[in-house]
Amino acid sequence: MLGGPLVVTVSFLYLGLLFALAYWADRRADQGRSVIASPTVYALSLAVYCTAWTYYGSVGRAAAGGAGFLPIYLGPTLAAALWLFFLLKMVRISKTQRITSIADFIASRYGKSHLLGGLVTVIAVVGVLPYIALQLKAVSGSFAILIHYPEVLLPGVAQEQPVWRDTAFYVALLLALFTILFGTRHLDASERHEGLVAAIAFESIVKLLALTAVGVFVTFVLYDGLGDIVRQADLAGHLQPLLKPPGGADIWFSFSLLSALAVVLLPRQFQVAVVENSSERQIRRAVWLFPLYLLLINLFVLPIALVGQLEFAGQNVDADTYVLTLPILHRQEWLALFTYIGGLSAATGMVIVETIALSTMVCNDLVMPGLLRRWRHQPPHTDLSRLLLLIRRSAIFVVLLLGYSYYRLAGEAYALVAIGLISFAAVAQFAPVMIGGLYWRGGTRRGALAGLSAGFLVWIYTLLLPSFAKSGWLPGDFLEHGPFGIELLKPQALFGLGGFDEITHCLFWSLGCNIAAYLIVSSSRLPNAEETTQATRFVDALKHQRPVVAGLWRGSAEVTDLIALTGRFLGEARARREFAEYARRRKLKAGGELPADAETVHFAETLLAGAIGSASARVMVASVAQEEPLGLDEVMDILDEASQIRAYSHELEHKSRQLQRATDELKAVNAKLQELDHLKDDFMSSVTHELRTPLTSIRAFSEILQEDPKIDLAERKRFLAIIVSETERLTRLVNQVLDLAKIESGHADWQSSEVDLCEILGQSIAASEQLILDRGGRLSQRIEVEHASVRADRDRLMQVMLNLLSNAAKFMAAENGSVEVWLQQREDSLLVSVADNGQGIAEALQPMIFEKFRQTAAGSANPMGTGLGLPISREIIEHFGGTLSVKSEPGKGAIFTFMLPASGRPENDTQDEAL
Amino acid sequence: MPRAKLIKQKLVIVFLAGALLLFSPLLSLFDRPVLLFGVPLLHLYLFTVWSALIVAMAWVVRDDSK
Amino acid sequence: MTKQVLIVDDEQNIAISVEFLMRREGFDVAVARDGEEGLAAIRTTKPDLVLLDIMMPKMDGFQVCKAVRADPQLASVRILMLTAKGRQAEIEKGLSLGADAYIPKPFSTSELVAKVKELLGLD
Repeated sequence: MLGGPLVVTVSFLYLGLLFALAYWADRRADQGRSVIASPTVYALSLAVYCTAWTYYGSVGRAAAGGAGFLPIYLGPTLAAALWLFFLLKMVRISKTQRITSIADFIASRYGKSHLLGGLVTVIAVVGVLPYIALQLKAVSGSFAILIHYPEVLLPGVAQEQPVWRDTAFYVALLLALFTILFGTRHLDASERHEGLVAAIAFESIVKLLALTAVGVFVTFVLYDGLGDIVRQADLAGHLQPLLKPPGGADIWFSFSLLSALAVVLLPRQFQVAVVENSSERQIRRAVWLFPLYLLLINLFVLPIALVGQLEFAGQNVDADTYVLTLPILHRQEWLALFTYIGGLSAATGMVIVETIALSTMVCNDLVMPGLLRRWRHQPPHTDLSRLLLLIRRSAIFVVLLLGYSYYRLAGEAYALVAIGLISFAAVAQFAPVMIGGLYWRGGTRRGALAGLSAGFLVWIYTLLLPSFAKSGWLPGDFLEHGPFGIELLKPQALFGLGGFDEITHCLFWSLGCNIAAYLIVSSSRLPNAEETTQATRFVDALKHQRPVVAGLWRGSAEVTDLIALTGRFLGEARARREFAEYARRRKLKAGGELPADAETVHFAETLLAGAIGSASARVMVASVAQEEPLGLDEVMDILDEASQIRAYSHELEHKSRQLQRATDELKAVNAKLQELDHLKDDFMSSVTHELRTPLTSIRAFSEILQEDPKIDLAERKRFLAIIVSETERLTRLVNQVLDLAKIESGHADWQSSEVDLCEILGQSIAASEQLILDRGGRLSQRIEVEHASVRADRDRLMQVMLNLLSNAAKFMAAENGSVEVWLQQREDSLLVSVADNGQGIAEALQPMIFEKFRQTAAGSANPMGTGLGLPISREIIEHFGGTLSVKSEPGKGAIFTFMLPASGRPENDTQDEAL
Repeated sequence: MPRAKLIKQKLVIVFLAGALLLFSPLLSLFDRPVLLFGVPLLHLYLFTVWSALIVAMAWVVRDDSK
Repeated sequence: MTKQVLIVDDEQNIAISVEFLMRREGFDVAVARDGEEGLAAIRTTKPDLVLLDIMMPKMDGFQVCKAVRADPQLASVRILMLTAKGRQAEIEKGLSLGADAYIPKPFSTSELVAKVKELLGLD
């Protein structure tokens, strides 16, 4: 039989098991084999979100409002999808800045403000204390129910018992002890509480198993599955109320939003999600594992609620107790005991973590600033680590006793029942400064203070005071008719805004005022230097760049002072160890040789922040370092520099690529120029050579003739003939060089008219025929076109024809030489070919013969050529839109062909012109 | 970190899909007092969407490295 | 003993003038019209002096000069380069390939004769 002693024993055994587990995990951590590094443990520890309020309350809410309990879990599920954005960022920031709590986080963001940290702490304590009270009530309530087994007897009113007979009191004391043992093991509040987190994760498993056990028992043992329950509930008329819509869309949305915010902003949630996080990998797992946990723990809520209503129909049994009372009703004592343990898990997990989080905040953000003021910013030269521990331990006691007191005071009152959502609404006030702080640089300390204060006051007025009034602690008058009878100021229909439920109403006004005040006050002036520095550290936390540390502090400090200071709070041995480690990281030998530069000072401040919070750490460091404050402009300069380095390096990369391209282009152009220069040199050299060759003969023979008057007449005549012919060659060369220069530079004088190719051919053949005959060759022609009209310069075409014919005459076979001229029409073009039967031109040399002065190199003896005839001919033909090419096989002669576009049959008038 | 960016992008899509399915007039289609498979339609719908979201998130953040 | 002089030049008229000048000085003169022919003549007749043009078809003067200097049997052959290419680089190239002297075209006949005599040691 279950009874008081057994339940108490089991409760102690369970807590003892938690102690053992926590102790074991701590030992493992000390050996470097952390259990809580596992992503699964992290996700389970996040499930501290599911308190007794979930464990017992979900069924109650389901019985009252159908699906209305679900937004509390759907909101966090959706929010989890965004955790890789903001939770990751919060974790990254908290690790680098050694953030100890949500109060510390917000205070640090807005320039390490004591005032802001204090305000956040006050809001958190006021908002969350009733929530802790609720857990104590749940534990003592479930205890009271269980000891009356097998009767289903609801507990009496707690206030009727003296404190020393109140279970809740002992529960509170016990939890305080546990929390102190495992929550203040380390001085550094930013360090992980290994044992504690392991215990919390374990508790999450226990409460899930217990609730599932009840669910399975109810659904599959008592009834034949969910369908059976639904059918029977429908028959009994219990189903329809639960199928009614889950409140309005406003409630559905506002509850979800609240929960989505609370799952990270509640002090205990911040503690497990951010402070206790050990790797970013954990967040990735939690993104789906935590929502899965929420789904599983809610799977049996509806069946339990329906069965409760079926079984306890007409009895005065609170739906919040169905989870426990159903097993009792069916005489399942071990299941009832297990269920009780599950509820104990849910309650104790929440209380322990919440208390640690709150005590850290109270110590670092309320007590420390007071102490610092008393010490006049100069700490006494003693070991303060014990004092710190004492403060934190006392804070745990005080918070739990306050929670207990609230429970004693409030009891069954309304204020306790609705407190879950009221707490959520309180911490939701952190959301604007939190989200704004993560993504907006413009937020200032004053803006944050204004926003938080406004939101907090509106929350008190629209939610807390009405809850007091409904509990009968305040006259209900102001609720009904507004303060002093002013209807417009009715707390739950502010300015006449009615028709919403109280939570939605509060959320709208409080967050509205909060955001407005935060934005407006922040925008009233620019952030100062300190705010700008912190804004950059927070907003740019995920950017991959060196943290902006050095340069943001200017002053002088002694390293020994810094070590002594941190030693006073952390213990001397630890401080020395940390500094030595830091020196090693900076690749310096010993702590004493550390430079007291900005980086070292920042390190000391961060180290200290882990113990006493960022704002106090700043004051402390300032007490041993002579700081020259930086102006806003200077900070902006440095930040600009830092943030611009990346931009610069990008730009630099871009520029250097551009430069590389430009260099390549320049190189190419240069090579081209050099080539052109080379060509010009070659040309000059060739011209020189071509000029000197005839000059050599002329000079030699002239001198011979001049020196020797006795040379016989025949010889004299021969020499003179050579002189004349070489002079002609010289003249031709000079003319052709000038001609080519004119053509190439575009200064040639082109006449353009309709020209009859037949006529040109006839004239040029007549002019060259004698030359060919003289050399023993013969000339034939095949004119296949009657009228071949092209638009060109008659004289220039003659020049080309004469050049081709004289070349042919030169190169035709020495014996039986022949030259053939051929005119044909091909589509719109006229083709003129001049063929010889000489030795031809090797294919490799064919393109070269159109280059200037190539004739000599091309190999055939060509005594009188200038090497410019073909290049000039090609220029001429191309000028009139044609082409000049050569076809040759060595040994079979060469055929030079030029093609010109035909201009059609010439009309009479153009014919006149042509003539 | 292009892979991390892609994961984040997919999570946003899951978030938007969830918001659409749970917080839009779509919900009213299922908010009716009828039973499907012996279970209230709204509950069935919510738990189905919920499960689907969890599966989608787990699939998106799955660790391919192992 | 009459000195043998070989003229290697593809410019017919220049060859005629130089041949006339050399004969007038009493040398035994032969003429080749290109590099290949010139090298063959050098090998068969081993002249005392070669008047070598540079720009020639088939084989230019530099190649001829190089081939001659590569043959120890032709060590006694003097080479006088005649070039219409006035660039310093070409002159140096010729001298480094083993030419004994060079005269740029157009040359003065008396200068050419004096140079030839100098190279043949007839002063």
